[in-house]
Amino acid sequence: MKSETGFDHALYDLFPVREPRPEGEVEELNRIWAAPRGWGLMTVVNNNYIGFFYVAAAFLFFLLAGILALGMRIQLAAPLQEFLPQGTYNQFFTMHGTIMMFLFAVPAVEAIGILLLPQMLAARDLPFPRLSAYAFWAYLVGGLFFFASLFVGLAPDGGWFMYPPLTSITYSPGINTDFWLLGIGFIEISAIAGAVEIIVGVLRTRAPGMTLDRMPMFAWAMLVFAVMIVIAFPSVILGTLLLEIERAFNWPFFDPTRGGDPLLWQHLFWFFGHPEVYIIFLPAAGLMSMMVATVARTPLVGYRLNVLALVATGFISFGVWAHHMFATDMPRVSAGYFSAASMAVSLPAGIQVFCWIATLASGKIRWSTPALFVVGSIVLFTMGGLTGVMLGMVPFNWQVHDTYFIVAHLHYVLLGGMVFPMFAAFYYWNGMTSRNPLSERLGKWVFWLMFTGLNVTFLPMHLTGFMGMPRRVYTYLPDRGLDVLNLTSTVGAFILAAGIALFLIDLARNFRFTTEHDAGNIYGGGTLEWLPTGLYSTRSIPLVRSREPLWDDPRMCEDVAEGRYFLPNSATGLRETIITSPVNAEPQYLQLMPGPSPFPVAAAIFTAFFFLSLTIQAYSFAVFSGIVATLCVLRWLWETDRPIHITEAEIGGGITIPIAITGPTSHGWWALNTMMAVIGMIALMGLFSHLYLYGIHPEVWIAPPGLAQTAGIAGVLALAFLSALASRRVLAGHDAGTFPGQGPWLLTVLGAGLLAGALYWDVTGWQAAGLSPAASGQGATVFALLAFQGCLVAVAIIMAGYLGYRSGRGLLTPPANVTLDVVVRFIGFASLQGAVISLLPRIFPGG
Amino acid sequence: MLEPLWGWPPPVLDPAGPYAEKVTVLAWALFAMGLLVTGVVIVALWVAIKGPPWIKSKLGGEKVVWIGGVAFPAVVLTILLVWGLTLTASLTQGITGKETRIRVTGEMWWFRVQYLGPNGEVILNDANEIHLPVGEPVVLELRSADVIHSFWVPHLSGKKDMIPGRKLFLRVQADKAGRYGGVCAEYCGGPHALMGFVAVAHERAAWEGWLAERHAAQAAAPAGPAMPGRRIFLESGCGACHRVAGTEANGLIGPDLTHVGSRLTLGAGILPNNHGTLMGWIGDSQSIKPGNRMPSYSMLPAEKLDAIADWLGRQK
Repeated sequence: MKSETGFDHALYDLFPVREPRPEGEVEELNRIWAAPRGWGLMTVVNNNYIGFFYVAAAFLFFLLAGILALGMRIQLAAPLQEFLPQGTYNQFFTMHGTIMMFLFAVPAVEAIGILLLPQMLAARDLPFPRLSAYAFWAYLVGGLFFFASLFVGLAPDGGWFMYPPLTSITYSPGINTDFWLLGIGFIEISAIAGAVEIIVGVLRTRAPGMTLDRMPMFAWAMLVFAVMIVIAFPSVILGTLLLEIERAFNWPFFDPTRGGDPLLWQHLFWFFGHPEVYIIFLPAAGLMSMMVATVARTPLVGYRLNVLALVATGFISFGVWAHHMFATDMPRVSAGYFSAASMAVSLPAGIQVFCWIATLASGKIRWSTPALFVVGSIVLFTMGGLTGVMLGMVPFNWQVHDTYFIVAHLHYVLLGGMVFPMFAAFYYWNGMTSRNPLSERLGKWVFWLMFTGLNVTFLPMHLTGFMGMPRRVYTYLPDRGLDVLNLTSTVGAFILAAGIALFLIDLARNFRFTTEHDAGNIYGGGTLEWLPTGLYSTRSIPLVRSREPLWDDPRMCEDVAEGRYFLPNSATGLRETIITSPVNAEPQYLQLMPGPSPFPVAAAIFTAFFFLSLTIQAYSFAVFSGIVATLCVLRWLWETDRPIHITEAEIGGGITIPIAITGPTSHGWWALNTMMAVIGMIALMGLFSHLYLYGIHPEVWIAPPGLAQTAGIAGVLALAFLSALASRRVLAGHDAGTFPGQGPWLLTVLGAGLLAGALYWDVTGWQAAGLSPAASGQGATVFALLAFQGCLVAVAIIMAGYLGYRSGRGLLTPPANVTLDVVVRFIGFASLQGAVISLLPRIFPGG
Repeated sequence: MLEPLWGWPPPVLDPAGPYAEKVTVLAWALFAMGLLVTGVVIVALWVAIKGPPWIKSKLGGEKVVWIGGVAFPAVVLTILLVWGLTLTASLTQGITGKETRIRVTGEMWWFRVQYLGPNGEVILNDANEIHLPVGEPVVLELRSADVIHSFWVPHLSGKKDMIPGRKLFLRVQADKAGRYGGVCAEYCGGPHALMGFVAVAHERAAWEGWLAERHAAQAAAPAGPAMPGRRIFLESGCGACHRVAGTEANGLIGPDLTHVGSRLTLGAGILPNNHGTLMGWIGDSQSIKPGNRMPSYSMLPAEKLDAIADWLGRQK
């Protein structure tokens, strides 16, 4: 194999190392990675804990949303019932959908990733443990507040896709809709944080030798998942911002009387919303691929085809969003395109299903609870996928769109494609986090109850839809033939619920959380998460030579535990993991990892307070919380870029690698790039909205300000860019150990100041040209873009100030410094993006 | 009880016109495809797990993935796609401009219906009921007065959304005289569940007669008997929202009541229309359809409700 980084592959032959390790190394690892106790557990950041909390919280939301579903099924058991009043029912179905999609499904797969990935990749932890902790706490606190809105009757009631104008201030004057935007805000934060974590984790913290071609299928799925989040979520982030701005400040993005358009929301929502279905499904498919191999006791058939299918699904899913909008009268060509893409996306799904079937055929199945769930899932997902193909047919879609047929379809897909694999995974990976295995006897009951319940509930709904029952109805009229079918569905829902209740009983009886004395590899999996582990993951980080190393090397568990592989100890006496190269996973350097800290959780709680007080219009408390949250984030970052005296460390076999470097090889560089991709996507969707509204209502457009002014703004932004670059130059001009002077940080302050100046010029220029944000779609989108740029400018100013403070404390160490690097690149990015945001609406010939 | 306008057989599979019929054929084909593929997958799974070794060894390779997961779906999907696109094209053929035109406006939570003349002028106002001539395409001009609604008569055609700020056109055609149920299919808040209407198809001559009758009634209205119900109706302020041609009642917010007596349903397709239900609706519409825009006139004594219902019932 060709070396990617210059690392000599011959060195791999040194492992497993034969000499015994000195005593006391495991004790030291235990001491370094020990989790805080008691209330201190709130400050924990290790993935074993955060991942477990995360899965538990997601499951809690699954149960809560499930209870809402039972309420709805009771209401619909018979026609014209009065179990739930109309308003409550409308809140119930909105919350059920929103919680299931946003607070359960996406966080659940992300949580499973955070729990499993480090062990699967044999990393000590994910690369940004504090970011995970922050994302988790923000999600939990925000999600609970969001759910609590039900108890005070303020829960959103516009359906989980919240179409304006029903959700605009005219038709939803209460703060219910704002609660929805609040709840979604949290999940946007935690999803983006998770995506950064997972992309960098999967690409940079794999065990040495685990090339992309040897990666566990779940890691592939999570990589595609995270990239999809980066592309899809910005669209809904922008959408929710626009809707909130329209509600709060009356900027007419979606109001057709002033040059807005209700369909703009649908485009933004579904450009996110349909990929989101695959964001949920792909990780579950990754879990399936791994479990299928284990239950069939043979490697997955068609590994590369499966990877191809994952990637292809990710690609195609971005071209299908408008199949949710066939009934809005789109041009025939567009309808044809979206129809074709919707059919095409079933090809990769077919590949995966047949890979699983072929794997089962090539091995010999060992029946167990996970095996039942895996096989059940294949059947259910196929059925849901087939109704999906039907829905891709435009004329058929016109008939069944927005009926119970859709309800049936989406529940087959999501339960079959995500919930069943998740239950299989609960049983399969339970041995990693629990002292005792779950009961196989109860597990079979759980499966059969859930499988029966699901079919009894949702199979009749296909017919209910054909019989003309629209979705989202709090009741229906008698004598329309709907009574028996609905009663059947209600009975089925309770059978399904009984299965889940039995699972809870099983958990209560057998599940005992542990990080060390776990039940272990009950089903005989072949991947690295089944190595003996402690809180520090594996004692030593193995060299990976195949896709199922544990099957191919029976001595591996022992060798790893005896420290015969990489990093058998703590080389620096701190938390650390090996960063490897993205393709071939060659060891590159040692990353130092932060330990427990109260600041991520404090930042998360105050972030939650910030959004919550905005929602309930307690603005002064919002300002206070915002400031505290920002300070907490800065305080937590304070420790991450410590000057360190050791520059190299030995990682076993006499191999030494450098510690924590900056530049394109560093994991921080990758993380910032991911963040910039997210920000750039938001801006891109903003520009799309601007052009889209021009296409719909050009009559309200006015002429932009003069070209001279536009050129001036571009010039100021160019200066901002140059001053940021100059800052790095100046720092690089000083030798290590010397004081770089005030130049570097002052140059970043100059850069941030120039950004602010350009923005001011831009805003006042448009105002002078007669544009007002509340007057037209043009005004609303131009000022929204500029407001977004304003957020970047504010962050740049905070960053430059923070850098100045660090410089004053002597922490701005030449010749290269991670913090300065981040600030410089952020300001550079903000000036480039600012130029695009500023120029496009000004040069666009639509005026 | 309201006469059952749908139920068994399911209206999607029981078409009453050419546009719905083509989709019904497609629906059956899709249904068969779904059953077939589900069957194939279940049998393949069964054989993969329980089958004899010689079949299992044939199933257990990448070839199966290429055949079952790529080639087979690609063929089926291509056939379906071509069919779907052709059908879409034929269903969205251009409008000639000669068709009968009816404007239907979705409002929270009822349908305003306006029959348009050859020059697009409104020739008749009605609500929650659409009368069509049989055997010819009728063009519906779909609009919304507030939020997004969706117009759906499953017996006659697929649905189409009613979007604020847009004017969408839907062709429907009934080949059999009869009554067909319709609903709003897009969630539009509050009592969305109780927002329906009825499409009534007449033979061409009967349809023209129906229209002419309405015109005659409208012209003759001022001469109508001065019944006490009329006085109470006007005194109670009903005219602020409702119009009854030939009286001072000229409100445009709610449904036009000029012909309310001849309608099949009340409350947007949810109650049969008779004297009792009309009284009940006026007196207590909020418990029949909670959240609808009409207040319950519970302050009116029964005899006044009775008089109003009596008078309205005669407005045919």
